[in-house]
Amino acid sequence: MTAADTVRGLPSAPKLPQPVRRALPPAAILAAILLPFFVASGGGFIDDATIALAYVVMALGLNIIVGFAGLLDLGFVAFFAIGAYTMGYFGSLFHIEANGGEGIHILVTGFAAELPGIHVNFLIVVVLAIIATTIAGMLIGLPTLRLRGDYIAIVTLAFGEIVGRIAINGDEITGFGTKLTNGRQGITPVDKIDLPFLAPFTSLNLRPWYWVALTMVLIALFVNFRLRDSRLGRAWIALREDEVAAASMGVPLVKTKLLAYGTGAAFGGMSGAFLGSFLNTVNADQFQFSFSIFVLAMIILGGLGSIWGVVVGAIALSFIVNRLIPDVLNGVPGKIGLDFDLTELSFGIFGFLLVIMMVLRPEGLIPERRRKMELHEGIEELGEEPAYEARVR
Amino acid sequence: MATASLPGSTPAPVRALRSLLSKYGLIAVLLIMPVAFGIHDLRTEGDLSRLGNNMLDGLSNGSIWALVAIGYTLVYGIVELINFAHGDVFMIGSFVSVGFFGTVGLTVTTGAFGLVIGLLLTLVIAMVASGMLNVMIERVAYRPLRDAPRLAPLITAVGFSFILQNVGLLWRGGSPQGIANLIDSQQVFFSVAGVFVTHGDALAVLVTVPLVLAMTTFISRSRLGKAMRATAQDPDAARLMGINVDTTISATFLIGGMLAGAAGLIYALYQTTIWYFQGFTAGLIAFTAAVMGGIGNIRGAVLGGLIIGVIQQISDNRIGSQWTPAIVFAYLVLIMVFKPSGLLGEETREAG
Repeated sequence: MTAADTVRGLPSAPKLPQPVRRALPPAAILAAILLPFFVASGGGFIDDATIALAYVVMALGLNIIVGFAGLLDLGFVAFFAIGAYTMGYFGSLFHIEANGGEGIHILVTGFAAELPGIHVNFLIVVVLAIIATTIAGMLIGLPTLRLRGDYIAIVTLAFGEIVGRIAINGDEITGFGTKLTNGRQGITPVDKIDLPFLAPFTSLNLRPWYWVALTMVLIALFVNFRLRDSRLGRAWIALREDEVAAASMGVPLVKTKLLAYGTGAAFGGMSGAFLGSFLNTVNADQFQFSFSIFVLAMIILGGLGSIWGVVVGAIALSFIVNRLIPDVLNGVPGKIGLDFDLTELSFGIFGFLLVIMMVLRPEGLIPERRRKMELHEGIEELGEEPAYEARVR
Repeated sequence: MATASLPGSTPAPVRALRSLLSKYGLIAVLLIMPVAFGIHDLRTEGDLSRLGNNMLDGLSNGSIWALVAIGYTLVYGIVELINFAHGDVFMIGSFVSVGFFGTVGLTVTTGAFGLVIGLLLTLVIAMVASGMLNVMIERVAYRPLRDAPRLAPLITAVGFSFILQNVGLLWRGGSPQGIANLIDSQQVFFSVAGVFVTHGDALAVLVTVPLVLAMTTFISRSRLGKAMRATAQDPDAARLMGINVDTTISATFLIGGMLAGAAGLIYALYQTTIWYFQGFTAGLIAFTAAVMGGIGNIRGAVLGGLIIGVIQQISDNRIGSQWTPAIVFAYLVLIMVFKPSGLLGEETREAG
C-alpha cells in the first residue's frame, strides 16, 4: 500500500446539497453576530471567542502569504508584534514625558483623555498599525525575493526572531528620550477601544469587543475573497503553482510577492493592535517563534488556501488551546475520580491533537477546491461543478 | 523593476559596485565580526588570545550544532521536510545519556579507563535511542503524509516536537538541571599561544570529527548511501531503479537521529546542564546552520554549524548573550542576501 492510497482512501466530508452549502456561510456569520446574546457578557467563553476571532484575522492574513502566494512565512509573529507595539506607543502611558508630561490626545474621550502619554483613537491606531506592518512586510519580503522554496521560510523566521529579540531587549535601547519597548515587563495598561458615538469599552462587558473583532474578521474575509478572485489573486496562485511559468506569462514577480507580504502583514498588524488593547498589555514574551508556528498550524490544519478552512482551523485551534485543554480536559481526571494533574501534559496533548488531526485529514479540514483536485488527480471528485466556477462566472 | 536587472540598463559604476559586492560581499560579511574584534583586541590587549579563545569555544560548540544540522540537512535532502522535531530528538539524546550515566554509576570519581568505556557505551546507547526515536517519528508522523500537501508534515513535526518536549518536562522537570561534570569540562587540557583547549573542546572534536567522516564515507561509498543520494535526487526514478525508497528514508532518519543523539551526549558533558527546552533552541540553530550552508548539503551543514558556533561565542562574549539570537539571524539574512542558495548550496529539487 502506498501513501497515495491512504490519502485517497480517506472518507471525504459528506457532500451537502447545493442550496444548503450556499446558505451555510451567511448562516454562520449571522450566528456569530447573535452569539453574544446567548452567553454571559463577561467571563471565560466570550473572552476566548474574542481572542479566537482575532486569531482568525491573523490566520486570514497569513493565508494570503502562504496559502495564496505559496511563500512559506515562519515569522508572522513579527507583524503581531509591530501591530501591538503601535497600539502600545499610541495608546498608553508609555511615552509618559510626551508634550512635557501633559500628554498628546487625538480624538479620545473619557478616562484616557486625562492621562499623560500619547493617546490616539483606536481607529487611527489601527490605520497606523496597518501602515507600519505593510511597510514591515514589504521590507521583510525584499531579501527573500531572490530566494526559493524553504530558504524563504528561514529568512522570515530570522526576521520574526530578530523582531522578538528587539522587543525583549528593547528596554536597553533608548533614543529621543524614551525606551524602545518595555521588554518583559510589558506596556500596561493599554487604552481601551474608544469608538465614536459609543462609550469607551470596559473589561466587564466583553460584547462590544467581540463585535469589533467580528467586524475585523468580516473585513478580512471580504478582502480575502475579493483578492483571491482578482487579477492579483490569480497572479498569486500562478506564482504558487509555478514561479517560472508565472514569470514567463508576464506576472511581475517582485510586485506580486511584495504585495502578498504587505497585505498579509497588514492583517497581522490590525489584529495585533486589537489584541494589544484587548489583553491590556504589550509584552515581549508574547512574540515568540511558537506563535508563528501556532498561526501556521491554523491555516495548514484548516486547509491551506481555503478561506473557510482557515477560519475553521483558526477557531478550532484557538479553542483547543484556550478552552479545551485548560478548562475542559484538565477537569476530566478529577471527575472520573483520578488524582492526576493534566496541566503538565497540556502541550503534549496539543501536539498529539495536531498529529492526529493532520494524519486523519492531510488536506486540511476544508481543503481548497483547487488543491483537492490536484490530490485526487482530477476526475473522480469534481462531480457536478467545475473547479474554476468562482472565476468563470 | 524587472528591467533593472537587465545588463546595459544600469549605469557602469552601479554595475561595478554590484559585481564587487557579489564577489566579496559574502567574505566581508563573514569576516566583519572576527576582524573588528581582532583589531579591538590588538589595540587594547596587544594580542589575539581572547579572540582565539572565542573562536575555539565557538568551534567546539559549533561542532555540536553541526551534528544536529547534518540530521536536518539529510532529512531535508531526501523528503524536503523541515523536521521541527529534530531538535527535540537531540534533547532526548541528552536525557538518555544522563539517565544512562546514573544507571551504570558513572560519577566524577570514576577512573579514566572506566570513564572512557562508560562514555563510549553511553554514546552508543544515546545514538541508538535517538536514531530509533527518529525512525519511529518518521513512521508515525511523516510517512502517512507523504503524498499530502507539502506543508502537512510540517505540522505533525511541530506536534511531535511538543510531545517530546512534554516527555522531557515530565522526565526531568521544568527547570534546567545540573549534572555531574564527568569530564571536568572546563579544565584546561593544553594551551597554545594563550588559547586554552579545555576537556570539553577536546571531547567535542574527538567525537564529532570521526562521526562526520564516517558518515560522509558511508554516504559516498556504501550501497545504502548511494540509494540515499538517488532518492534525494528523484524518489520516483529511484523506485523505478529498484531502490526501496521507504527503507532508504527510514535509514536517513536513523542516521540523522544517531548524530543528534551523539550531539546530545556531547552537549550534556560540555554544558553540564540539561533541560527540556534545550532542543527547541538547538533545533532552531541547527536549522539555521543547515540553511546557511545550503540545505541538503552535508559539508554545508557542518560549515554552517561551525560558523554559527563562532558567531554565538563572539557575540556572547563581547556583545551580550541576550542579543546573540538576533545577531545569528541577522548574519543568516545577510548571507542569504549574498548567496541565496547557502554557502555551499546545491540546487535542491525545490530550489531548482
